Amino acid sequence: MYLCGFSAQTGCSSKNKAILVISSPRGLVGKSLTCCTMEIVYEYVKKRSEFGRPCNFSDRPADLHLDIQPDAELAACFFALDSRDVGMQCAADMSEHEVNTERIESESRGINHVEGGWPNNVNPQEIEHTMRFRKKVEKDENYIKAILKLGTQMEYSIKQNNTIDIYEEYFEEEQVEEEEMTDAKEQPAAKTINVFRDPNEVKRTASSLSWHPDGNHKLAVGYSCLEFQRAAKGMSFDSYIWDIENRNQPELTLKPVSPLVSLEYNPKDSHILLGGSYNGQIAYWDTRKGGQPVEMSAIEHSHRDPVYKVIWLQSKTGTDAFSTSTDGQVLWWDIRNMKEPTERLVLDPSKKENLENALTAVSLEFETTMPTKFMVGTEQGLVVACNRKAKTPAEKIVCTYSGHRGPIYALQRNPFFPKYFLTVADWTARIWSEDIRESSIMSTTFDMAYLMDGCWSPVRPSVFFTVKMDGTVDVWDFLFKQNNPTLSLKVCDEALCSVRVQSNGRLLACGSQLGTATLLEISPGLYTMQRNERALANEMFERETRREKILEARLREIRLKERSRLEQVKEEEVQDAEGEESPEELIARAEKEFFQIVEAEIMKWKKEVEKEKVCSKIDRLIHAVNSVLLPEGWSICESPFDTRIQGWNKILP
Amino acid sequence: MQSDLIAEVEETLKRIQSQKGVQGIIIINAEGIPIKSTLDNSSTVQYAGLLHQLVMKTRSTVRDLDPQNDLTFLRVRSKKNEIMIAPDKDYFLIVIQNPSD
Repeated sequence: MYLCGFSAQTGCSSKNKAILVISSPRGLVGKSLTCCTMEIVYEYVKKRSEFGRPCNFSDRPADLHLDIQPDAELAACFFALDSRDVGMQCAADMSEHEVNTERIESESRGINHVEGGWPNNVNPQEIEHTMRFRKKVEKDENYIKAILKLGTQMEYSIKQNNTIDIYEEYFEEEQVEEEEMTDAKEQPAAKTINVFRDPNEVKRTASSLSWHPDGNHKLAVGYSCLEFQRAAKGMSFDSYIWDIENRNQPELTLKPVSPLVSLEYNPKDSHILLGGSYNGQIAYWDTRKGGQPVEMSAIEHSHRDPVYKVIWLQSKTGTDAFSTSTDGQVLWWDIRNMKEPTERLVLDPSKKENLENALTAVSLEFETTMPTKFMVGTEQGLVVACNRKAKTPAEKIVCTYSGHRGPIYALQRNPFFPKYFLTVADWTARIWSEDIRESSIMSTTFDMAYLMDGCWSPVRPSVFFTVKMDGTVDVWDFLFKQNNPTLSLKVCDEALCSVRVQSNGRLLACGSQLGTATLLEISPGLYTMQRNERALANEMFERETRREKILEARLREIRLKERSRLEQVKEEEVQDAEGEESPEELIARAEKEFFQIVEAEIMKWKKEVEKEKVCSKIDRLIHAVNSVLLPEGWSICESPFDTRIQGWNKILP
Repeated sequence: MQSDLIAEVEETLKRIQSQKGVQGIIIINAEGIPIKSTLDNSSTVQYAGLLHQLVMKTRSTVRDLDPQNDLTFLRVRSKKNEIMIAPDKDYFLIVIQNPSD
């Protein structure tokens, strides 16, 4: 049986009409199967007896079997579209896909090339051959013609260069201004350039970073585990120096005896690094001598707790440094003699050198422009300013600044205005003025995540960076925006523990809890100084200082008045108590006094409830006044409840 | 006659060398072999190798963009100096100049 199918589709219905050709012993008959409005039938007939006969091919004209004329009715089902845009291309269709591959290790290698191109008979090593070849070429006619022609051409260009600078930039200042304009409109942004991962299996926190003092091509990262007694057994103690171009392998491995909590390059001699380790010892390395420390401090005279910060001092020999740790001491060292510290200071606020009372320090600050003063940030939330040149240890501690609620993880003076310094602690970062001891002059709003480290930008006086426990880096520019960071960038999922800016202000390195050091490049708007920036920043600082001074003065006034009032009341009571009384009278008086006290308490309680209501009103008023008097978001630092109410009572009629 | 021309060539090169700011001249042939040079051997070889490839690439670029066009002169200006290359069919003349400003 032969079967063939033929289907026709009309515009009217979508049914497929099939015509089945069924063969029968008689011949082939075409038959239409389904009923449709348009039946197309063609019969092919062949006698069974003629099957298998040889075919006789002959030419004949075309035989029209079927002619389907256009049906005008069907045209009504379609309408003409005016113009259509269809994209066409003569090339193959392609699609783009992105795939993240595994990290590949790449290495740079050089290849030694041997001179080539010489014709066969000339051996480039033999001077004679080459000389002969050259002489031959020089006699060549082509050569002479070519050189003469090229020579004139070349001379023209050379003389042109010598007469005018054809690449001179006209209106360069205007171009710079234009750039500045576009920069100002540009969104501040930062992008990650490189990520250095801890090559060890057991990940440790990158607890401190230090940029190489010249050239900034290297970054020293100190790794340690800062969680108490949670250091895993196999944890390596090594710290690394990375070349920022090569992220596959550290340039140098430093092998201390105990993990390094803090690490600093010597700003004078870029080969020397000083590290403070977890067991309290200080060690220094010379990168020319390899990864073993050149010398370590004697353990009896070192700190008894991890050394949280070491800083190099400004001295003629360039070998002085000092360190601090949570054991409450600040020790000065000369690295040439590490057996014992040259000087020692105990951070005892009662000035009695009592180690047990001492404040435990976690950060240290030293500015080379003020070599006799330094500051220590403590775990108790106090910043202690000290004078190195004081004669007695008691005088060394000059004053303390209080206001933070948690350990002060970072402390740095503003590189342009050393009178103001930045502290990063608990959930805020604050800026302080040296003169105002009671509170900071500026403070960021309380953040959701704990702030772990911060530093000023070395090129712009109003920009500073902070890192938080949720893995974000914040860039603050308080001349631009005060209540929010100008740029907030999430770098990684784990907490970021340290941040350092390169001395040109462009690159930022931050270290995370899993030992990853990320290198970020920030947009030009954040590292080019604006025109009046220094003046504006200075003005802002001064204004805030003045405001704090006024508030402080007011608080003091109020306190004085309180005190004098209390004293008056006491005097009156004393006068009343004179005169003898019999026991009954005493009892009666005692009863009366007792009831008086109870009633007074009840009254006070009632008053407080009222005060609450008044207080909320006053709160709203305070907010309103705040927004008028002060830049938005900078709030008055907290002061005792009562005095604040009374203070505002004085201001408002 | 030929010796005259050769002398003229020498004079041209000397003139170029004496211009202000010119640091060196190299003549290389189409295969990149330095024929004449006023610099030391290692620099010559380096310049010859690198610039030969550059000129070839530039020339092919110009001709790809417009087959009727051809490279006449190539100047590479860098921070420290300017390298000028005059290409010909068989030879290149390279001059390294330090612009006086």
